[in-house]
Order: sequence, then structure tokens, then C-alpha cells
Amino acid sequence: MPAGEGTALPHPIMNSIFSGTRLRDMIRSIRACKTAAEERGVVRKECADIRASINENDPHDRHRNLAKLMFIHMLGYPTHFGQMECLKLIASPGFPEKRIGYLGLMLLLDERQEVLMLVTNSLKQDLNHTNQYVVGLALCALGNICSAEMARDLAPEVERLIQFRDPNIRKKAALCSTRIVRKVPDLAENFINAASSLLKEKHHGVLITGVQLCYELCTINDEALEYFRKKCTEGLIKTLRDITNSAYQPEYDVAGITDPFLHIRLLKLLRVLGHGDADASDLMTDILAQVATKTESNKNAGNAVLYECVETIMAIEDTSSLRVLAINILGRFLSNRDNNIRYVALNMLMKAIAFDDQAVQRHRVTILECVKDPDASIRKRALELVSLLVNENNVKQLTKELIDYLEISDEDFKEDLSAKICSIVEKFSPEKIWYIDQMLKVLSEAGKFVKDDVWHALIVVISNASELHGYTVRALYKAVLTYSEQETLVRVAIWCIGEYGDLLVNNVGMLGIEDPITVTESDAVDVVEDAITRHNSDMTTKAMALVALLKLSSRFPSISERIKDIIVKQKGSLLLEMQQRAIEFNSIVDRHKNIRPSLVERMPVLDEATFNVRRAGSLPASVSTMAKPSVSIPNGVAAAPLVDLLDLGSDDIMAAPSSSGADFLQDLLGVDLGSSSAQSGATPGPKAGADLLMDILSIGTPSPAQNNTSSVDLLSTPGINKNPSNALDTLSSPALPHIATTASAGGMFDLLDGLTPSPSKEATNGPAYPPIVAYESSTLKIEFTFSKSSGNPQETNVQATFINLSPNTFTDFIFQAAVPKFLQLHLDPASSNTLPASGNITQNLRVTNSQHGKKSLVMRMRIGYKVNGKDVLEEGQINNFPRGL
Amino acid sequence: MDRLMSLCVPSLNLRMHRSLIDSLEIQSCYLLSEHSCLASGFGSIHFVLLVSRQGKVRLTKWYSPYTQKERSKVIRELSGVILNRGPKLCNFVEWRGYKVVYKRYASLYFCMCIDAEDNELEVLEIIHHYVEILDRYFGSVCELDLIFNFHKAYYILDELLIAGEIQESSKKTVARIISAQDEMVEAAKEEAGSISYIIAQAS
Repeated sequence: MPAGEGTALPHPIMNSIFSGTRLRDMIRSIRACKTAAEERGVVRKECADIRASINENDPHDRHRNLAKLMFIHMLGYPTHFGQMECLKLIASPGFPEKRIGYLGLMLLLDERQEVLMLVTNSLKQDLNHTNQYVVGLALCALGNICSAEMARDLAPEVERLIQFRDPNIRKKAALCSTRIVRKVPDLAENFINAASSLLKEKHHGVLITGVQLCYELCTINDEALEYFRKKCTEGLIKTLRDITNSAYQPEYDVAGITDPFLHIRLLKLLRVLGHGDADASDLMTDILAQVATKTESNKNAGNAVLYECVETIMAIEDTSSLRVLAINILGRFLSNRDNNIRYVALNMLMKAIAFDDQAVQRHRVTILECVKDPDASIRKRALELVSLLVNENNVKQLTKELIDYLEISDEDFKEDLSAKICSIVEKFSPEKIWYIDQMLKVLSEAGKFVKDDVWHALIVVISNASELHGYTVRALYKAVLTYSEQETLVRVAIWCIGEYGDLLVNNVGMLGIEDPITVTESDAVDVVEDAITRHNSDMTTKAMALVALLKLSSRFPSISERIKDIIVKQKGSLLLEMQQRAIEFNSIVDRHKNIRPSLVERMPVLDEATFNVRRAGSLPASVSTMAKPSVSIPNGVAAAPLVDLLDLGSDDIMAAPSSSGADFLQDLLGVDLGSSSAQSGATPGPKAGADLLMDILSIGTPSPAQNNTSSVDLLSTPGINKNPSNALDTLSSPALPHIATTASAGGMFDLLDGLTPSPSKEATNGPAYPPIVAYESSTLKIEFTFSKSSGNPQETNVQATFINLSPNTFTDFIFQAAVPKFLQLHLDPASSNTLPASGNITQNLRVTNSQHGKKSLVMRMRIGYKVNGKDVLEEGQINNFPRGL
Repeated sequence: MDRLMSLCVPSLNLRMHRSLIDSLEIQSCYLLSEHSCLASGFGSIHFVLLVSRQGKVRLTKWYSPYTQKERSKVIRELSGVILNRGPKLCNFVEWRGYKVVYKRYASLYFCMCIDAEDNELEVLEIIHHYVEILDRYFGSVCELDLIFNFHKAYYILDELLIAGEIQESSKKTVARIISAQDEMVEAAKEEAGSISYIIAQAS
């Protein structure tokens, strides 16, 4: 019966008559290819032949062509040109053609292709075909790929076929219906009666599919759920009891279980019927207990049934004795030697925690062992489970276990593991010193895998634990000597040494548990120097090291010459940011000794609450807050005292060229905060991932929010500073790092005498966009000033000022404007319709740009007025709107 | 030549799988991950995939809508993960928020993708059920049978699963339906043969 001798095709005789290779030969020649190129060649040739044959439209070759195409399709080559052949084969009268046609249809097409609609009619005919196997083919195809439209069109046929005389058609129709109701849930109620009739069947195939259909209906439609709960619960329980107790049936037996597939489907249906209904749950208690206790658990089939039974017990209404049974089964699963069983046990214990935490806690030791399993799937599950098991009482013990394992775990698991440990430690830490200790351990072992927000959080905590500053900086110093390759550890250490270097050297604030260490000033500088010179340190680390050096230059006056040398070396850095900062810092060290100590004062304590709020809402929420122009204010405020401090001419505050066209230049110059904040106020801040690094450490350059162009990104600092807009708004005191970001480029220019400061155009809080002259003629000038409305970045408020340049008064002045479709324009009334000589009137416009960020504003306008009773009409187009509105 | 040889090496042959069936030597995995760009489907099985140890696709069946592009991406990703898993690990891989249950029979990996909360153990049984039916149909099936008669493997799968749900738990019934349809094809073939013979004679 199986195709033995090269009869891979239905018509071997014809194959020999007509041209072209046989399927079998094609497969052989493809398999004989030694290289991919050779294979492509063979496939190309075959495809060409098939196309030619399709064009000849010879019905005898169709099925073979299609079979070949399916094989070619499986190899991953495009076969769309064969789609119509499927339809032709389906429409032909013979069974062999239909069979291969439907197969091709399911393989080559998916429900989203429009071609599929063309087959609806053929399907309809075949569903009414006299040959039941043809009906079967059509049902199968419909069940596997039907779209919502087809489902609607053919639902009545399928519904009718659920009552068909042959059970094989009934079962196919039932599954086909499940697809139909998934695609079109409204149709569910049509199937309720038919589905409930299937539950009385004896034929296992029909019963399985019928139960599946009922399950589907129950999940989609509440009426159906009520109906089945009332009418069918008892019947289903009886069916389950019958098959559970049935004698050995070879046809359905799998490892001693009669039809586990039917078992599982029945249990699944009972689960939805029992969930939320105490009466139904009550009815099924006995049979569930029976399945849970009597099912053989030494083979996979039995365990699959037990798995489903436990799921059902956990989902139905409270029957505590059953739940004990379920938890015990899971306990047995967990200690099973089979990895699969352990995997599912871990998975299900996660659900069991919800109603019996204590029972799951009993298995803690076993679960911890699973975290160390060689199997990645099991480790991952176990880790998830452990993190759910942690509470205030066991956090210390569990964390210790996990950290111990971190030392020896696989490299690729360290990321997941360290992230979990950090979240556990943060959530449950009983005291700060413990938190700091654990985090240091994690950073030492897996510092390179730790995410930014984790070490940012650590710095915030350290900053807040003033009594532990000395302890922390000494612990970090010791750790960094051993684990200098752990990037984030190095960063935290450098930051702390920069801030608390004096505490390190003088052993200030020794705790009883500490061993005193002797660190000289130059030892401390060694650590920082090492970080800045190491070639594999990244930009952030180097930038932090540079800031730390500047701070140390003031804390350790005795070796400030050495520090200066290190800073000077960075003048040659290939990183522009580093180069610039080195020059600036060098200038501070050299020429501003009197203000240096106050510049590099210790950072004010970072606000934990603000940080946490931001961190929690750092993703989507921040986007909207970013868009508000008000964000620019704190930055500006922060900048002001700094400027005073540096005693820079206030003219130089904001050197920023404020048109956004100059972004690139700004970046090159190191970017001033004023303009970047202003721009971010005006744009929706697409990268608003709120890089809190900026907030805390204030290093580097905030690149303007619009810096999406690659050229700019190349120059701006990589990896940090994605979001300038709310940078620093927690910081308002004049600690040094502010300078890097807060003080404008103009401020810096003063330090760098080599550069000429650009003339300032605006004050910090000035408008986000420069005003433009929208129109100018000999008699009339129109100026636009812009502001962004809060909350909606698409919206721009424009104030138009009309200035009469002529000596005559304009009367009946009217301004009209037209915008392209992507803009919406709203005109407020003008302040007056009479424009006196040399006077002006204003009018407000509101423009909403639906293509905000993609297209700039553009406007055409017409102005009409009367001069001495004579009509004047002026027209113009405004193209010079600032970009980004 | 190499490839033909390697496929004929007995150790790579599915013919040995009777003993494999008994010893239930399974490796499976579940895959889950954060970003799921897969089409949201319902139903227990989203797709079925047969991949050889060399990474060649032997059968694919998609019950949830995937574009051709997604399909080849899925195949690439999954075969990368599954073929690289060592022996004796569990048969489940978490992948893009779904689980893929796989089981190796000789040189072939049978993979089925299900939702994260579905019964993995049952899917292992379904895979095994399918292999047993194939085995019965081909008489000790081997990978070569599935290459040259790939359409038969599809026909059998279609009698086992529709819409990603199992439709028949009796191997005998599936075999009966398949052979009834094969006979119809044979009959049509003979008829066509005789007609073409007559035409050939007449001309």
C-alpha cells in the first residue's frame, strides 16, 4: 500500500508519456547536489519547466507540477506562481487531483492571501459532494486555513456536516467548527446544539473533537458556558468515569491508559465548567480524586493526564482536600528523574503558590537545586519560581544560595540570574548595608551583565546611606582590585572614589566589622587611572573616571599634579567627548583654583523617591511628560546658579544656535543644555527611555532629542545620554558634574580660551523655536513666533504679528491661510482689522501637524486689506518654518 | 553523494525507532520569550515542524497565520535552538512566549509549537502518536520515506490534526481512512491508465 516503487505520483503512466522529470527524479537530483549553488541551479531549472508547463495549461501535468512545487517550497524557494494551479486542481472532478490540490492549498497559501477567496466556491461544492472523502478533504482544508470571511460563508455547511452519517466527517466538521468560531466568535451560538449532541457519541474521534468544540464555545461565549454547565456536566463526568474505569482497549491504549487524549480533553472541559461554579465543582470532586489517585504515573501518557487533572483541580472552586492531592502530585513530579516532568512541575508550582504558598515553600530546597540544573529550560523555570518564593524571612538565605551559584554558573545564564538576584535584593532587603553588600557581590561576579538601572539604583542607595559612605567606598575599592574586568562594578567604584575618596584614604566611619586598610591617595588615583586608560573601558566608564579625577584633584591636593597629568593625557583621546572634557577640566584645574573646591563639592543626596518613580515610569509614561515644555525649566534653573558661580558673563549663557538645523554643530561643540532641553520640549522625545544615568551622574553630553541621524549619533556619546530632556532636574546645587551638562557650551567656551563664544541669542527660558519672518513686502511684514501646547507635541501655537511698514492705515485687514492635508489649521480672530501706519496687530493660529516629526509645517497665505479705499491683495508661501514643529 | 550516504547510514535511520519508541528516548524543549512577533493564534498547536539533524526541513504545517517570511524565520530560529540542545535535556524550549515541544526520532526532530500554558506532556504523546502511525503506514519508516513521500506524511498529519487540534486517537482508524483514500487514487490511476492506453492505441 505505501508507495514503494517510485510511484510518488498518482499517475505514473502519464508521467512516462508526458515531458518533464518525475517528482522522484527531481528529489533525487536535488539531493545529489553538493553545494547550495548547485541546488539553486536545479531548482531554477525545475521551476522554469513548471512555469512553462503551467503556461501550456495541460491538466495532466498539474498534479505533478504541484507536488514538485510543494517540495521546492519546503526547501524555502518562492512558489507563488503555483497558487492558481492549486485552485484548478481543486476544481477538477477527480479525487486524486482534489487531494493534491487541497494539500497544495494548505501548504502554499495562508489565510491572508486573497487568492484564497477564490476557492470558497469550490469548497462549498466539495462540502456537498457525494463522496465523503472529498467532503473530508474540504473540511480539513477549511479547518486549517479558513479566514473570517470564508468562515462566515461556509459555516452553515459545516454546521450541517456535524450531523453527517459518517463519524469521520462528523469529527472533521467539529474541528472545522472550532476554527470557525475562533475566527468569528459571533457564530458560536449556532453551534451550541450541534456540539452538545456530539458529547453523547461513542466514537472516540467524534467525542474528542466534540469535547474540544464545546471547550472552545465555552471560552468564547458565556451563554454556551452556562448551557453546557447545566446540561452536560454530569454526562461528561460519566464519560470520564467510563473511560477511566474501562477495561483494556488495544485500539486506544497508550501505556496502560485508555485514550489519554480523550482524558485530557474531558478534564480540560470540566475545568472551564467548574471554574467559578461551586455546584459544578462539587459534582466533579469524586472523579477528579479518582483520576488523581489511580492514574499510572510511570509513563509520559499517565503523567500528561495527571498534569491536566492537577490543572483542573487548581482551577475549580475550592475543594481543599483535592488541592492537597494536587500539591502532592506536583511534589512527586518535582522529585522525578525525568527532566520533562520536573519542568512541568516547576511550571505548575508557580500557579500553586497562589493558593498554597506554604506547601510550595516546603519544596524550596529541591527548587533551588533545579536552578543549578544543566538544562537551560529547567533553570529558567526554577529561577522564576524561586523569585516568587522569596519573602522577608528567607531572603537572606535564598540570596546567599543564588549568589554562591552565580560564581559557578554558565556565562549565558549569569545575565538572567543576576537580574533576578538584583530584583530580589532590592525588593526584600531588610537593611541598607546588607543590600549594598549583596549588590557588591553581584557586581563582582556578574558586573558585565547587570543592566544600567540596577547600578544606578545602587548609587542612589549609597548616596542616601550617609553613615555607610566610608564603608562602601572601602568595600568597593577592595572589590575593584580583584574584579577590574566587571564594568559596572568599576563604574560604581569610580563614582564612589570620586565622591568619597577622602573617606577611603582616612578610614573615616569605620564599622566594627571592617578590617582597617591602608590606602594612599595615589592608590585611589591608580584605580581611576586604570579605568580611564584601559582600552576596553567604554565611554561611560571613561567619562565617569574623568569626572572622578577632577573631584579627586580637589580632595587630594597633594597629588593634584599627577591627576592633572592624567587629565591632560585625555586631551588626545579619540573620543570627542573625552577630549573636550579633558580640555575643560584641565582648564579648571589650572586656572580656576579658587572656585574648584566648591565646584567639585560632594553630590547632594540623590532623591530616592524621585528616582524610583522615574524608574517605574521610565518607559511609556515618560514620553508624554517629556513632551511638555515645562521640562526645560528645571534645567534652565539649574544652569543659572552655575553660571554665577563661574562668574561668566551672562551674555554667554546660551550660545546655542537655536534653530534645529544646527544640531549637528551643537553636538560637535559638546551641546548646550539650553537648546537641547528646549528642543526636547518641542519634540515628543522619541528616545524618552529616561536615562537616569544622566540624572544621577550628569556625565557626558545630552544629545538633542532629534539626534536620530546616524552622523550625529556617531559623534555623540554612545550608549548614554539618550534622553536629555529631564536630565538633571533633580539636581540643582552646584556640584561639579553639572558643569558637564548643565553649563552651556557658552559657559565652557569661556574656560577654553581658544574658542570664540558665539553670540547669545536667547535666555534659557526663551521660546523653543526662533521667530521667523513669514512674509515681507514693501508695505507689510509678518512675523511668526511659536510655542508648543503642552501635552500634544503635534500642536503648535503660532502668534502672527502683522506690521505695517507703510505710512498708510490698512483697513478691513484680513489674513487667510491654507495648509496641506496633513496639517490642521485653526485661526483665532485677529486683535483688530485695522492696521495703523507703523502699528501692528496680532492673530493666533493653532496648527496641528499629523505628520509631526516627519514633515515640517508649510503654509500658503493671502492677505487682503484696503488702503485709502483701494483693495490690495498680497499672497505668499511660508516655507521657512523651523523644523520639528 | 555524501548526503545520500549519510542519510542511508543505519544509525541515522528512523527504522530503528521501534526501540526508540520503547525506550522513550526523548529530548524536548520549551521556548518562551518576551517579544512575540508571531501571529496570535489560538488552539493548542500553532505549527508542526519536521527538521533533520542537518537542519533540512522535511515537513511544515502552519495552523496559525504566518507570512512566508515569518515562516522561514521561525524555522531558522528554532532549528538553531533545538538542534543545538544536548541529549538528556527536557523536550521543551521556551521561545517568544510560546513553548516548542520537540522530540528526536533517529535523524529527525519533530517539533510542535504550543501556548505557554498548554499541556506539554500531551503534545509529546501527540508527536509519538504521529510517529507510530507513520511507522505503521510505511513499515518502519525512515527519513527517506518522508523525503520521497512527503505528501503522504502530510496526508497522515491531516487525518490526525485539524486546526491544531487532535481529531483521532485511534491509529487503526487513521490507517483505515488513509488506505481507503489511497485506493481511490489507485483506482483513478488505473482508469486513467486504461483510457490513455486506448487513446494511444487509437492514434
